[in-house]
Amino acid sequence: MGNLFSVKQACEQVGLNAIITNSKKTILASSAVILPGVGAFGDAMQILEQLDLVQVIQELANSGKPVAGICLGMQLLMTESHEFGRHRGLGLIEGEVTRLSVDTHLDRPLKVPHMGWSRIYSADSIDEQVPVGAWKGSLIEDLPNGTFMYFVHSYYPKPESPDVRLSLTRYGSLEFCSSFQKRNIFGCQFHPERSGPRGLAIYRKLAASIHSLQEQHSYD
Amino acid sequence: MLAKRIIPCLDVKDGRVVKGTNFVNLRDAGDPIESGLRYSEEGADELVFLDITASSDRRNIVADMVRRVADSINIPFTVGGGLRSVADIEHILRAGADKVSINTSAIENPRLIQESAERFGSQCIVVAIDARREAEQKSSAKVFTHGGRVRTDLDAVEWAGRAAALGAGEILLTSMDADGTKAGYDLDLTSRISTSVKIPVIASGGAGTLEDLYLGLTKGAASAVLAASIFHFREVTIPQAKAYLRERGVLVR
Repeated sequence: MGNLFSVKQACEQVGLNAIITNSKKTILASSAVILPGVGAFGDAMQILEQLDLVQVIQELANSGKPVAGICLGMQLLMTESHEFGRHRGLGLIEGEVTRLSVDTHLDRPLKVPHMGWSRIYSADSIDEQVPVGAWKGSLIEDLPNGTFMYFVHSYYPKPESPDVRLSLTRYGSLEFCSSFQKRNIFGCQFHPERSGPRGLAIYRKLAASIHSLQEQHSYD
Repeated sequence: MLAKRIIPCLDVKDGRVVKGTNFVNLRDAGDPIESGLRYSEEGADELVFLDITASSDRRNIVADMVRRVADSINIPFTVGGGLRSVADIEHILRAGADKVSINTSAIENPRLIQESAERFGSQCIVVAIDARREAEQKSSAKVFTHGGRVRTDLDAVEWAGRAAALGAGEILLTSMDADGTKAGYDLDLTSRISTSVKIPVIASGGAGTLEDLYLGLTKGAASAVLAASIFHFREVTIPQAKAYLRERGVLVR
Protein backbone atom coordinates (compact mmCIF):
# COMPACT_ATOMS: atom_id res chain seq x y z
CA MET A 1 0.00 0.00 0.00
CA GLY A 2 2.52 2.59 1.13
CA ASN A 3 4.96 0.87 -1.18
CA LEU A 4 3.25 2.06 -4.38
CA PHE A 5 3.56 5.68 -3.39
CA SER A 6 7.09 5.46 -2.09
CA VAL A 7 8.16 3.77 -5.33
CA LYS A 8 6.53 6.54 -7.35
CA GLN A 9 8.14 9.17 -5.17
CA ALA A 10 11.60 7.58 -5.55
CA CYS A 11 11.13 7.54 -9.34
CA GLU A 12 10.26 11.20 -9.32
CA GLN A 13 13.31 12.01 -7.22
CA VAL A 14 15.56 10.62 -9.95
CA GLY A 15 13.62 12.31 -12.74
CA LEU A 16 11.50 9.37 -13.88
CA ASN A 17 7.89 10.04 -14.68
CA ALA A 18 6.08 7.16 -12.95
CA ILE A 19 2.45 6.26 -13.51
CA ILE A 20 0.53 3.96 -11.18
CA THR A 21 -1.62 2.00 -13.59
CA ASN A 22 -3.29 -1.30 -14.39
CA SER A 23 -4.00 -0.37 -18.01
CA LYS A 24 -2.54 -2.67 -20.65
CA LYS A 25 -2.14 0.16 -23.11
CA THR A 26 -0.25 2.41 -20.69
CA ILE A 27 2.00 -0.46 -19.63
CA LEU A 28 2.87 -1.47 -23.19
CA ALA A 29 3.57 2.15 -24.12
CA SER A 30 5.93 2.73 -21.18
CA SER A 31 9.71 2.56 -21.38
CA ALA A 32 10.08 0.40 -18.29
CA VAL A 33 7.91 -1.39 -15.74
CA ILE A 34 8.31 -1.61 -11.98
CA LEU A 35 6.37 -4.31 -10.18
CA PRO A 36 6.11 -3.22 -6.55
CA GLY A 37 4.05 -5.23 -4.19
CA VAL A 38 3.00 -5.72 -0.65
CA GLY A 39 0.62 -8.53 0.13
CA ALA A 40 0.22 -12.17 -0.76
CA PHE A 41 1.58 -13.88 -3.87
CA GLY A 42 -1.62 -15.74 -4.80
CA ASP A 43 -3.81 -12.63 -4.57
CA ALA A 44 -1.38 -10.59 -6.64
CA MET A 45 -1.18 -13.20 -9.43
CA GLN A 46 -4.95 -13.57 -9.44
CA ILE A 47 -5.34 -9.82 -9.93
CA LEU A 48 -2.74 -9.78 -12.72
CA GLU A 49 -4.62 -12.61 -14.42
CA GLN A 50 -8.00 -10.91 -14.03
CA LEU A 51 -6.60 -7.73 -15.53
CA ASP A 52 -5.05 -9.79 -18.29
CA LEU A 53 -1.61 -8.40 -17.48
CA VAL A 54 0.42 -11.61 -17.19
CA GLN A 55 1.14 -11.81 -20.89
CA VAL A 56 1.65 -8.05 -21.12
CA ILE A 57 4.45 -8.17 -18.57
CA GLN A 58 5.98 -11.26 -20.21
CA GLU A 59 5.90 -9.55 -23.60
CA LEU A 60 7.46 -6.43 -22.19
CA ALA A 61 10.23 -8.47 -20.56
CA ASN A 62 10.94 -10.19 -23.87
CA SER A 63 11.03 -6.87 -25.68
CA GLY A 64 14.14 -5.87 -23.74
CA LYS A 65 12.61 -2.99 -21.80
CA PRO A 66 13.68 -2.87 -18.14
CA VAL A 67 11.39 -4.81 -15.80
CA ALA A 68 12.10 -4.38 -12.10
CA GLY A 69 10.37 -6.34 -9.34
CA ILE A 70 10.55 -5.11 -5.76
CA CYS A 71 9.80 -7.30 -2.73
CA LEU A 72 6.64 -9.26 -3.68
CA GLY A 73 7.18 -7.90 -7.20
CA MET A 74 10.53 -9.75 -7.31
CA GLN A 75 8.86 -12.93 -6.14
CA LEU A 76 6.17 -12.62 -8.84
CA LEU A 77 8.91 -12.86 -11.48
CA MET A 78 9.63 -16.44 -10.40
CA THR A 79 8.10 -19.68 -11.70
CA GLU A 80 6.03 -20.43 -8.62
CA SER A 81 5.44 -19.72 -4.96
CA HIS A 82 4.50 -21.79 -1.94
CA GLU A 83 2.81 -18.96 -0.07
CA PHE A 84 -0.59 -20.24 1.15
CA GLY A 85 -0.72 -23.12 -1.33
CA ARG A 86 1.00 -23.39 -4.67
CA HIS A 87 0.76 -20.55 -7.17
CA ARG A 88 2.20 -20.06 -10.60
CA GLY A 89 4.22 -16.86 -11.08
CA LEU A 90 5.23 -14.86 -14.15
CA GLY A 91 7.95 -17.40 -14.93
CA LEU A 92 10.57 -14.88 -16.06
CA ILE A 93 13.15 -16.27 -13.65
CA GLU A 94 13.23 -20.00 -13.03
CA GLY A 95 12.84 -21.08 -9.46
CA GLU A 96 10.45 -20.97 -6.55
CA VAL A 97 9.52 -18.72 -3.65
CA THR A 98 9.61 -20.19 -0.19
CA ARG A 99 9.02 -19.12 3.40
CA LEU A 100 11.71 -17.98 5.78
CA SER A 101 11.53 -20.72 8.37
CA VAL A 102 14.18 -22.44 10.38
CA ASP A 103 17.58 -21.25 11.38
CA THR A 104 19.28 -24.55 10.62
CA HIS A 105 22.49 -23.60 12.36
CA LEU A 106 20.92 -22.71 15.69
CA ASP A 107 18.01 -25.09 15.14
CA ARG A 108 15.38 -22.55 16.11
CA PRO A 109 12.74 -20.69 14.15
CA LEU A 110 13.76 -17.49 12.40
CA LYS A 111 11.91 -14.35 13.38
CA VAL A 112 9.44 -13.69 10.59
CA PRO A 113 9.02 -11.21 8.97
CA HIS A 114 12.66 -10.37 8.43
CA MET A 115 12.34 -6.65 8.99
CA GLY A 116 15.06 -4.04 9.14
CA TRP A 117 18.47 -3.22 7.71
CA SER A 118 20.61 -6.09 6.42
CA ARG A 119 23.67 -6.20 4.20
CA ILE A 120 23.68 -7.31 0.61
CA TYR A 121 26.81 -9.18 -0.44
CA SER A 122 28.16 -10.13 -3.80
CA ALA A 123 27.41 -13.75 -4.64
CA ASP A 124 31.12 -14.03 -5.55
CA SER A 125 32.66 -12.77 -2.37
CA ILE A 126 31.50 -11.73 1.06
CA ASP A 127 34.70 -9.76 1.55
CA GLU A 128 33.80 -6.09 1.73
CA GLN A 129 37.20 -5.15 0.38
CA VAL A 130 36.65 -7.01 -2.86
CA PRO A 131 35.26 -4.80 -5.61
CA VAL A 132 32.11 -6.28 -7.00
CA GLY A 133 32.77 -7.41 -10.55
CA ALA A 134 29.54 -9.35 -10.78
CA TRP A 135 27.51 -6.19 -10.20
CA LYS A 136 28.97 -4.44 -13.21
CA GLY A 137 26.27 -3.51 -15.69
CA SER A 138 23.51 -4.24 -13.18
CA LEU A 139 21.22 -1.83 -11.34
CA ILE A 140 23.27 -2.22 -8.16
CA GLU A 141 26.57 -1.52 -9.92
CA ASP A 142 27.19 1.68 -7.95
CA LEU A 143 26.84 0.09 -4.51
CA PRO A 144 29.73 -1.11 -2.36
CA ASN A 145 29.75 -4.77 -1.34
CA GLY A 146 28.00 -5.14 2.01
CA THR A 147 25.65 -2.17 1.63
CA PHE A 148 22.75 -2.13 4.09
CA MET A 149 19.29 -2.23 2.55
CA TYR A 150 15.86 -2.17 4.18
CA PHE A 151 13.91 -5.45 4.18
CA VAL A 152 10.36 -6.42 5.14
CA HIS A 153 9.42 -9.94 4.03
CA SER A 154 8.42 -13.44 5.10
CA TYR A 155 9.22 -15.26 1.84
CA TYR A 156 12.28 -15.30 -0.41
CA PRO A 157 13.05 -16.40 -3.97
CA LYS A 158 15.33 -19.32 -4.84
CA PRO A 159 16.49 -18.88 -8.43
CA GLU A 160 17.57 -22.17 -9.99
CA SER A 161 20.49 -20.71 -11.85
CA PRO A 162 23.21 -19.26 -9.63
CA ASP A 163 24.25 -17.07 -12.56
CA VAL A 164 21.33 -14.68 -12.19
CA ARG A 165 22.04 -13.95 -8.51
CA LEU A 166 23.52 -10.53 -7.90
CA SER A 167 23.51 -10.36 -4.13
CA LEU A 168 23.04 -12.61 -1.15
CA THR A 169 21.84 -11.64 2.31
CA ARG A 170 22.29 -13.51 5.56
CA TYR A 171 19.47 -13.85 8.00
CA GLY A 172 20.31 -16.09 10.91
CA SER A 173 22.26 -18.89 9.30
CA LEU A 174 20.17 -18.67 6.14
CA GLU A 175 21.72 -17.11 3.07
CA PHE A 176 19.20 -16.06 0.45
CA CYS A 177 19.25 -14.33 -2.92
CA SER A 178 18.36 -10.69 -2.19
CA SER A 179 18.66 -9.41 -5.75
CA PHE A 180 18.99 -10.88 -9.22
CA GLN A 181 19.28 -9.70 -12.76
CA LYS A 182 18.82 -11.57 -16.02
CA ARG A 183 19.38 -9.28 -18.99
CA ASN A 184 16.71 -6.56 -18.64
CA ILE A 185 14.90 -8.28 -15.75
CA PHE A 186 15.87 -7.12 -12.27
CA GLY A 187 14.47 -8.10 -8.91
CA CYS A 188 15.29 -7.16 -5.32
CA GLN A 189 13.80 -8.45 -2.09
CA PHE A 190 14.68 -5.25 -0.21
CA HIS A 191 13.02 -1.86 -0.64
CA PRO A 192 15.43 0.54 -2.38
CA GLU A 193 12.84 3.33 -2.05
CA ARG A 194 13.11 2.97 1.73
CA SER A 195 16.87 2.46 1.90
CA GLY A 196 18.08 6.06 1.97
CA PRO A 197 20.58 7.48 -0.56
CA ARG A 198 22.09 4.07 -1.40
CA GLY A 199 18.66 2.77 -2.31
CA LEU A 200 17.99 5.80 -4.45
CA ALA A 201 21.17 5.00 -6.38
CA ILE A 202 19.38 1.93 -7.76
CA TYR A 203 16.56 4.11 -9.07
CA ARG A 204 19.14 6.47 -10.53
CA LYS A 205 20.73 3.54 -12.35
CA LEU A 206 17.34 2.46 -13.64
CA ALA A 207 16.73 5.98 -14.95
CA ALA A 208 20.14 5.92 -16.66
CA SER A 209 19.47 2.57 -18.30
CA ILE A 210 16.10 3.79 -19.59
CA HIS A 211 17.74 6.88 -21.03
CA SER A 212 20.51 4.96 -22.72
CA LEU A 213 17.96 2.56 -24.25
CA GLN A 214 16.01 5.53 -25.56
CA GLU A 215 19.15 7.02 -27.07
CA GLN A 216 19.99 3.75 -28.80
CA HIS A 217 16.51 3.69 -30.28
CA SER A 218 16.74 7.24 -31.51
CA TYR A 219 19.91 6.26 -33.45
CA ASP A 220 18.22 3.26 -35.05
CA MET B 1 22.23 -10.08 10.20
CA LEU B 2 19.96 -7.23 11.14
CA ALA B 3 21.57 -3.96 12.10
CA LYS B 4 20.51 -2.31 15.35
CA ARG B 5 18.47 0.78 14.59
CA ILE B 6 18.68 4.37 15.78
CA ILE B 7 15.38 6.19 15.67
CA PRO B 8 14.89 9.90 16.31
CA CYS B 9 11.39 10.73 17.50
CA LEU B 10 9.58 13.91 16.54
CA ASP B 11 6.54 15.19 18.44
CA VAL B 12 4.21 17.04 16.11
CA LYS B 13 1.21 19.22 16.72
CA ASP B 14 -0.92 20.72 13.96
CA GLY B 15 1.62 19.45 11.43
CA ARG B 16 4.57 21.19 13.15
CA VAL B 17 7.37 19.79 15.27
CA VAL B 18 7.00 20.83 18.88
CA LYS B 19 9.57 20.69 21.70
CA GLY B 20 11.68 22.19 18.94
CA THR B 21 14.68 20.87 17.14
CA ASN B 22 17.92 22.71 17.41
CA PHE B 23 19.51 21.98 14.07
CA VAL B 24 21.96 24.45 12.77
CA ASN B 25 21.09 25.85 9.36
CA LEU B 26 17.50 24.73 9.36
CA ARG B 27 15.33 27.40 7.86
CA ASP B 28 12.43 26.26 9.95
CA ALA B 29 12.98 24.10 13.00
CA GLY B 30 9.27 23.39 13.27
CA ASP B 31 8.94 21.78 9.88
CA PRO B 32 8.68 17.99 10.27
CA ILE B 33 9.82 17.40 6.71
CA GLU B 34 12.97 19.47 7.07
CA SER B 35 13.91 17.85 10.39
CA GLY B 36 13.04 14.38 9.14
CA LEU B 37 15.04 14.86 5.98
CA ARG B 38 18.02 16.04 7.95
CA TYR B 39 17.95 12.97 10.18
CA SER B 40 17.55 10.69 7.20
CA GLU B 41 20.53 12.28 5.45
CA GLU B 42 22.59 11.87 8.61
CA GLY B 43 21.89 8.13 8.64
CA ALA B 44 18.90 7.66 10.95
CA ASP B 45 17.48 4.20 10.32
CA GLU B 46 13.87 5.10 10.83
CA LEU B 47 11.77 8.00 12.09
CA VAL B 48 8.86 8.14 14.49
CA PHE B 49 6.32 10.97 14.35
CA LEU B 50 4.12 11.18 17.42
CA ASP B 51 1.14 13.38 16.81
CA ILE B 52 -0.43 15.37 19.64
CA THR B 53 -2.77 17.52 17.60
CA ALA B 54 -5.96 18.30 19.53
CA SER B 55 -7.95 19.92 16.73
CA SER B 56 -11.21 18.41 15.46
CA ASP B 57 -9.67 18.26 12.00
CA ARG B 58 -6.80 16.18 13.33
CA ARG B 59 -7.29 13.27 10.94
CA ASN B 60 -6.76 15.42 7.86
CA ILE B 61 -3.96 17.49 9.34
CA VAL B 62 -2.00 14.35 10.19
CA ALA B 63 -2.65 12.65 6.85
CA ASP B 64 -1.50 15.76 5.07
CA MET B 65 1.74 15.80 7.03
CA VAL B 66 2.28 12.10 6.40
CA ARG B 67 1.83 12.66 2.68
CA ARG B 68 4.43 15.42 2.70
CA VAL B 69 6.89 13.33 4.72
CA ALA B 70 6.39 10.34 2.41
CA ASP B 71 7.06 12.58 -0.58
CA SER B 72 10.53 13.53 0.52
CA ILE B 73 11.94 10.94 2.91
CA ASN B 74 13.51 7.64 1.81
CA ILE B 75 13.66 5.76 5.08
CA PRO B 76 10.85 3.97 6.89
CA PHE B 77 8.73 6.04 9.23
CA THR B 78 6.12 5.34 11.87
CA VAL B 79 3.20 7.57 12.78
CA GLY B 80 1.41 7.39 16.11
CA GLY B 81 -1.06 9.34 18.19
CA GLY B 82 -4.83 9.23 18.30
CA LEU B 83 -5.33 6.29 15.92
CA ARG B 84 -8.46 4.57 17.18
CA SER B 85 -9.78 2.32 14.45
CA VAL B 86 -8.79 0.18 11.49
CA ALA B 87 -10.08 3.02 9.30
CA ASP B 88 -7.80 5.55 11.06
CA ILE B 89 -4.84 3.22 10.53
CA GLU B 90 -5.69 2.68 6.88
CA HIS B 91 -5.95 6.45 6.36
CA ILE B 92 -2.38 6.96 7.63
CA LEU B 93 -0.90 3.97 5.79
CA ARG B 94 -2.54 5.10 2.57
CA ALA B 95 -1.07 8.55 3.06
CA GLY B 96 2.35 6.85 2.89
CA ALA B 97 3.43 5.88 6.42
CA ASP B 98 5.32 2.58 6.64
CA LYS B 99 4.04 1.75 10.12
CA VAL B 100 1.59 3.05 12.69
CA SER B 101 1.90 2.93 16.43
CA ILE B 102 -1.13 2.42 18.63
CA ASN B 103 -1.29 2.76 22.40
CA THR B 104 -4.48 3.64 24.32
CA SER B 105 -6.79 2.31 21.61
CA ALA B 106 -4.99 -1.06 21.64
CA ILE B 107 -5.53 -1.37 25.38
CA GLU B 108 -9.18 -0.33 25.22
CA ASN B 109 -9.76 -2.64 22.27
CA PRO B 110 -7.06 -5.32 21.89
CA ARG B 111 -8.87 -6.67 18.83
CA LEU B 112 -7.67 -3.59 17.00
CA ILE B 113 -4.17 -5.11 17.04
CA GLN B 114 -5.40 -8.35 15.55
CA GLU B 115 -7.70 -6.80 12.98
CA SER B 116 -5.16 -4.30 11.72
CA ALA B 117 -2.35 -6.88 11.68
CA GLU B 118 -4.51 -9.23 9.62
CA ARG B 119 -5.50 -6.46 7.27
CA PHE B 120 -2.18 -4.65 6.76
CA GLY B 121 0.41 -7.15 8.02
CA SER B 122 2.14 -7.34 11.40
CA GLN B 123 5.16 -5.51 10.05
CA CYS B 124 3.31 -2.19 10.08
CA ILE B 125 1.63 -2.44 13.49
CA VAL B 126 3.71 -1.11 16.38
CA VAL B 127 2.21 -1.32 19.86
CA ALA B 128 3.48 1.49 22.07
CA ILE B 129 3.58 0.84 25.80
CA ASP B 130 4.01 3.58 28.40
CA ALA B 131 5.11 1.87 31.60
CA ARG B 132 5.76 3.10 35.13
CA ARG B 133 7.12 1.15 38.06
CA GLU B 134 4.95 0.73 41.13
CA ALA B 135 5.96 2.82 44.15
CA GLU B 136 5.59 -0.08 46.62
CA GLN B 137 6.80 -2.82 44.34
CA LYS B 138 9.58 -1.57 42.10
CA SER B 139 9.94 -4.85 40.25
CA SER B 140 6.53 -4.50 38.69
CA ALA B 141 5.69 -1.94 35.99
CA LYS B 142 2.12 -0.99 35.08
CA VAL B 143 0.84 0.23 31.74
CA PHE B 144 -0.53 3.78 31.46
CA THR B 145 -2.85 5.15 28.80
CA HIS B 146 -3.89 8.57 27.53
CA GLY B 147 -0.37 9.91 27.23
CA GLY B 148 0.59 8.61 30.67
CA ARG B 149 -2.34 10.12 32.53
CA VAL B 150 -4.38 7.01 33.29
CA ARG B 151 -3.06 3.99 35.16
CA THR B 152 -4.29 0.54 34.19
CA ASP B 153 -3.89 -2.74 36.03
CA LEU B 154 -1.99 -4.26 33.16
CA ASP B 155 1.50 -5.49 33.85
CA ALA B 156 3.87 -4.14 31.18
CA VAL B 157 5.63 -7.46 30.51
CA GLU B 158 2.34 -9.36 30.29
CA TRP B 159 0.75 -6.76 28.04
CA ALA B 160 3.75 -6.83 25.69
CA GLY B 161 3.39 -10.61 25.40
CA ARG B 162 -0.32 -10.33 24.71
CA ALA B 163 0.18 -7.59 22.09
CA ALA B 164 2.75 -9.78 20.34
CA ALA B 165 0.41 -12.77 20.40
CA LEU B 166 -2.36 -10.63 18.89
CA GLY B 167 -0.12 -9.80 15.95
CA ALA B 168 1.86 -6.67 16.83
CA GLY B 169 5.02 -6.46 14.75
CA GLU B 170 7.01 -4.39 17.22
CA ILE B 171 6.85 -3.01 20.76
CA LEU B 172 7.80 0.60 21.43
CA LEU B 173 8.50 0.60 25.15
CA THR B 174 8.68 3.95 26.93
CA SER B 175 9.70 4.03 30.55
CA MET B 176 7.80 6.88 32.17
CA ASP B 177 10.17 6.77 35.14
CA ALA B 178 13.19 7.32 32.92
CA ASP B 179 11.58 9.63 30.36
CA GLY B 180 13.06 13.11 30.48
CA THR B 181 15.69 12.20 33.10
CA LYS B 182 18.53 11.59 30.65
CA ALA B 183 19.74 9.01 33.16
CA GLY B 184 19.49 6.12 30.70
CA TYR B 185 16.80 3.68 29.57
CA ASP B 186 15.11 1.38 32.07
CA LEU B 187 17.42 -1.48 31.11
CA ASP B 188 15.92 -4.06 33.41
CA LEU B 189 12.37 -3.58 32.14
CA THR B 190 13.55 -3.31 28.53
CA SER B 191 15.50 -6.53 28.72
CA ARG B 192 12.68 -8.38 30.49
CA ILE B 193 10.33 -7.46 27.64
CA SER B 194 12.90 -7.96 24.86
CA THR B 195 13.70 -11.46 26.04
CA SER B 196 10.09 -12.45 26.64
CA VAL B 197 8.65 -11.53 23.23
CA LYS B 198 9.74 -12.74 19.79
CA ILE B 199 9.19 -9.37 18.11
CA PRO B 200 11.61 -6.42 18.10
CA VAL B 201 11.51 -4.02 21.04
CA ILE B 202 12.36 -0.34 20.67
CA ALA B 203 13.73 1.20 23.88
CA SER B 204 12.50 4.68 24.65
CA GLY B 205 12.71 7.19 27.47
CA GLY B 206 15.80 8.35 29.29
CA ALA B 207 18.60 8.43 26.71
CA GLY B 208 21.15 11.08 27.68
CA THR B 209 24.48 9.82 26.40
CA LEU B 210 26.08 7.66 23.73
CA GLU B 211 26.61 4.98 26.34
CA ASP B 212 22.88 4.94 27.11
CA LEU B 213 22.22 4.02 23.48
CA TYR B 214 24.84 1.28 23.71
CA LEU B 215 23.38 -0.11 26.93
CA GLY B 216 19.84 -0.08 25.57
CA LEU B 217 20.95 -2.25 22.66
CA THR B 218 23.15 -4.59 24.70
CA LYS B 219 22.00 -4.89 28.34
CA GLY B 220 18.48 -3.87 27.39
CA ALA B 221 18.59 -6.32 24.45
CA ALA B 222 16.53 -3.87 22.39
CA SER B 223 16.51 -4.05 18.58
CA ALA B 224 16.38 -0.29 18.30
CA VAL B 225 16.83 2.79 20.45
CA LEU B 226 14.61 5.82 20.19
CA ALA B 227 15.50 9.27 21.45
CA ALA B 228 14.20 12.77 21.04
CA SER B 229 15.95 15.58 22.85
CA ILE B 230 19.55 14.39 22.61
CA PHE B 231 19.20 14.37 18.84
CA HIS B 232 17.07 17.49 18.55
CA PHE B 233 19.48 19.58 20.56
CA ARG B 234 22.51 18.10 18.83
CA GLU B 235 23.97 16.79 22.09
CA VAL B 236 24.53 13.62 20.14
CA THR B 237 24.39 13.36 16.37
CA ILE B 238 23.39 10.27 14.43
CA PRO B 239 26.86 9.84 12.85
CA GLN B 240 28.47 10.11 16.30
CA ALA B 241 26.08 7.53 17.68
CA LYS B 242 26.77 5.17 14.78
CA ALA B 243 30.52 5.57 15.09
CA TYR B 244 30.42 4.99 18.84
CA LEU B 245 28.25 1.87 18.57
CA ARG B 246 30.36 0.45 15.74
CA GLU B 247 33.48 1.01 17.83
CA ARG B 248 31.91 -0.94 20.68
CA GLY B 249 31.05 -3.85 18.42
CA VAL B 250 27.38 -3.20 17.75
CA LEU B 251 26.26 -3.87 14.16
CA VAL B 252 24.85 -0.64 12.79
CA ARG B 253 24.24 0.57 9.29
